[in-house]
Amino acid sequence: MMTSEKITKRLLFAASLIIVFVTAGIIFSLVGGAIPVFSEFGISFIFSSDWNPSEGKEEYGALPFIAGTIITSVLALVICLPLAFSTSLFIGEYFHDKKVAKIIGTLVDLLAGVPSIVYGLWGFYVLRPFIVDLGLSSQGFGIFTSGLILAIMIIPYATSITAEIIALTPNDLKEAAYSLGATRFEVVLYVIIPSARSGIVASFILAFGRALGETMAITMLIGNTNKIPNGLFDTGNTMASVIANQFGEADGLKLSALIAIGLLLFVITGIINGAGKLIIKKLSK
Amino acid sequence: MSIINLNIKNPVLSLKDLSVSYDGEKLAIKKINAEIKKNSITAIMGPSGCGKSTLLRALNRMHDLYPDIVTTGSVFLNGIDVVEMSNIDLRRKVGMVFQRPNPFPTMSIYDNVIAGYKLNGMKQKKSERDEIVEKSLRDVTLWNEVKDSLQKKGTFLSGGQQQRLCIARALAFQPSVILLDEPTSALDPIATAKVEELLLNLKKKYTIVLVTHNMAQAARVSNQSMFMYLGELVEYGKTKEMFTNPTDKKTEEYLTGKFG
Ligand SMILES: Nc1ncnc2c1ncn2[C@@H]1O[C@H](COP(=O)(O)OP(=O)(O)OP(=O)(O)O)[C@@H](O)[C@H]1O
Ligand SMILES: [Mg+2]
Repeated sequence: MMTSEKITKRLLFAASLIIVFVTAGIIFSLVGGAIPVFSEFGISFIFSSDWNPSEGKEEYGALPFIAGTIITSVLALVICLPLAFSTSLFIGEYFHDKKVAKIIGTLVDLLAGVPSIVYGLWGFYVLRPFIVDLGLSSQGFGIFTSGLILAIMIIPYATSITAEIIALTPNDLKEAAYSLGATRFEVVLYVIIPSARSGIVASFILAFGRALGETMAITMLIGNTNKIPNGLFDTGNTMASVIANQFGEADGLKLSALIAIGLLLFVITGIINGAGKLIIKKLSK
Repeated sequence: MSIINLNIKNPVLSLKDLSVSYDGEKLAIKKINAEIKKNSITAIMGPSGCGKSTLLRALNRMHDLYPDIVTTGSVFLNGIDVVEMSNIDLRRKVGMVFQRPNPFPTMSIYDNVIAGYKLNGMKQKKSERDEIVEKSLRDVTLWNEVKDSLQKKGTFLSGGQQQRLCIARALAFQPSVILLDEPTSALDPIATAKVEELLLNLKKKYTIVLVTHNMAQAARVSNQSMFMYLGELVEYGKTKEMFTNPTDKKTEEYLTGKFG
């Protein structure tokens, strides 16, 4: 006789097994799909910047997309850092528990939930023409525009985690500093930032991880050229955007190359997210 | 209120009609008038919620940190109204030690002691700093225990050592007054005895105001005692006289353990 508790346990176990199988299945098919291109070009697939799909002279290298991904994401992080950091200090410390902070906090969460395609559309119809008007580039497509939209997308994310971590600074530590005559600014500098440091770092790592895999908005804005960009205002492609852009018409070796890029992206974001989560876990102990 | 024969000359602190309200309506302490004697230990006693911490925190204007809190009346430090002093000035002269030991977890023992100077961006020579750290740690009898691990984090110390570190941190500025809010309530009896002994030593150089739940502690260490009830200062007098011969009925009931 099975008790209802036993049945529940087995059902839950079965459900979690499904997740394990799906993950294993994804990795398995990514690796399987990537084998042809790696057996053709070996490890130099990662370091080559040739991309030539014409039959007979096929040549594939992932470097332009790895470069595009890293450059846009780093640019996004650089733009995001000061903005997200000051906003989270505002919400998490200076105006913590105040109405303004609650309103801004809600707005930030709202922004974090906006679908990527909406940012893409806005970027395409508002941000891109603006870049053109500024005379920064003739079409407005490219690395800079993409980095900017990425920054706008990850700011809410980084802000809400950082604000939470800043608000967690124990009040008795802040009071200890105030009792020694410290000003608000000195408390932020010498007490809050040091004790929230690893959490803040983790939240920016997680935001960076998001930027790496972001697809739709970038595909619409980066210009989709398969070469290493030679400047901030040049066009390019990221790992995610080249896949989104080309998978429909790909087969054979090209499809394998795209899958291999997907696998690389999977591994890189996995490592970045793992690192961020590890720091947060250590912190909450 | 009954003040027994205190007759304090040149008080370090004098409180005039000091009231504090957390919400702008209900008073947590009501028109407190008292003078605090130099180089002595003044205990503040009373049942939970009677306003001991509220009173103590009014003395170094900690309440200013929270805009909703309304403080009226005045506190004079050596004759100067504390609202006329800058926060940094006031807090250099009136140090504070909290109920739970709260060394800065990201700082070493050394940096914790010197934290007051660092936090305020005061620079001095390394030799001066070393001297301040050693002296403050000696004052709290912690020097011999930690002199070989000054660069370790303060949070590695035992609870009692941490609390003495926090006292050293408050002493580093050479304040005239030290406020302590139930500094031993998180400590075991041995660590408590150490802190009490330390306080008795420190009163030679400093004026000490000690909030305590523990009547025996007040009897052991204090020279004067305040008894508070429902936000009012019910009785204030010499500890010995108050414990042997309380004038107020409430005080007597409290001291004989009828409530509290
Ligand atoms: N932050 C606060 N906000 C609102 N009311 C408060 C706050 N802190 C204390 N009070 C109220 O003020 C009164 C006095 O509190 P206080 O903390 O000074 O008492 P206490 O004598 O120190 O008590 P205990 O022995 O429990 O520490 C209590 O009624 C308490 O509820
Ligand atoms: Mg209290």
